Amino acid sequence: MAQPSPFISEITTALCLVCILLVPLAVVGLAVLTNGLGKSRSAAHAMLASMCVIAIAAITYIAVGFSWEGFAGRASHVITIGGKPWDWIAQQPFFLRGLPLNGSPVSLSVVLQMFAVGIAAQIPLNAAADRWRLGPICASTTLLAVWTYPLFAHWVWGGGWLAQLGTIYGLGSGFLDTGGASTINVVGGLTALSLVWILGPRAGKYTPEGMPVGIPGHNLVNVIFGCLLAWAGWLGLNSAGAMLFGGAPPSGLVLVEINTTLCAAASALVAVVVTRIRFAKPDASITANGWVGGLVASSAATAILRPAAAILIGLIAGVLVSLSVEWLELWLHIDDPGGAVSAHAVAGIWGLLAAGMFAGIESQSAPGQWLAQLVGIATLIGFVLPMTYGLNWTLNRILPYRVESDGERQGMDLHELGAGAYPEFVVHSDEFFQR
Amino acid sequence: MRPVGFLLLLAGWFLVLAALEMLSAATPRAVFVLAGFAIEVLGLALVSRANIPEPRQGGSEQ
Repeated sequence: MAQPSPFISEITTALCLVCILLVPLAVVGLAVLTNGLGKSRSAAHAMLASMCVIAIAAITYIAVGFSWEGFAGRASHVITIGGKPWDWIAQQPFFLRGLPLNGSPVSLSVVLQMFAVGIAAQIPLNAAADRWRLGPICASTTLLAVWTYPLFAHWVWGGGWLAQLGTIYGLGSGFLDTGGASTINVVGGLTALSLVWILGPRAGKYTPEGMPVGIPGHNLVNVIFGCLLAWAGWLGLNSAGAMLFGGAPPSGLVLVEINTTLCAAASALVAVVVTRIRFAKPDASITANGWVGGLVASSAATAILRPAAAILIGLIAGVLVSLSVEWLELWLHIDDPGGAVSAHAVAGIWGLLAAGMFAGIESQSAPGQWLAQLVGIATLIGFVLPMTYGLNWTLNRILPYRVESDGERQGMDLHELGAGAYPEFVVHSDEFFQR
Repeated sequence: MRPVGFLLLLAGWFLVLAALEMLSAATPRAVFVLAGFAIEVLGLALVSRANIPEPRQGGSEQ
């Protein structure tokens, strides 16, 4: 990827800050989406957990996480293998000590990623809804924000070995991901997959014969509203990422905004069509996942794609997300109420691959770009997934993740918070009949 | 089956890294990276299969 300049103009700084200030809308959008796709008896818990996740991610990332991530051109640990330097982790002081917080690219990167790590931490929450206790949520978020996210983000955005695949091994421009398809979404999606494996499915999700039972989200209005909020956030995320990590000039943001929107639109529309064909009626929750999947797939290379390529990437992302939601649930018994594994991990991996293919077509001077992308994806699956599973598996032994079966039946709101989200309404028909 | 799956995931990744470091010609390097990736896919399939809960269990692994 293009190495960011240590100085940028004041206009670029101001524009970048405006884009960064849109990013919290993506975090809020995912939180509202998680709330809507979960059960009504866990709605307040989902929102409180989202707030805790945002808070913990921001504090721990600033306190420790950025020290491991760093920024291109700043101090880092380098090992030499076969005469070639492998930059594997940054070497920065804790709590941003000594960092110029003055609108420089590194300071803008810190602000952007303080929000971005919140997005990454929301994704596992989406998949593990309705059965993950609040304490372990906070502990797991800490692991993600201080280690998993910063380590991989250093490799991609901090001048690490994946970013240098181009200069050291001649693979295109190095691993390409300006908007966080890998660092935010695939890392979050693979953590979500680990958690779903560790937690197991919700009670009643599968029949004794192993067939899945539909547990619909309790508020589809929130789900769609969350998607629209996420759209605004992703426009900011992709734009700021393109400027900070891709070296795009302010004029290049026009293409970023167009491509982000086209990719999400195409993905959502194709999800409508696929679910209409599969189930005779369009499915709102899978369409919402399609929309988010399109946003995620757009993140890898919005600044260099042509609009037609963005639409094609979105169309394929929509098909992949729609089919994988069903496939994972039916064949692998992955109970992911928010479709996070499909919308973030599957769509993110597709976006990274597509970036390699289309970047190669756009820029004939960068052969091997597809191989650089493949190396990055192999690192996510072969290293990040076992690492995040191992960390969460160990933490689960110390601090059990899953709520007790009584608590799950009662609902996370009453069990963990002592009050429901909708106290004036009888929304649990099973409890009503039992009385 | 689960530990074997995770070992395959790591082994595939090391093969990808080894291909980068030890091979300089484009075609053999690409073939070995693809082979490493295929091993990872096999590992992922094994881990996924190992994490399917037994019928009638329907709960966590705790």
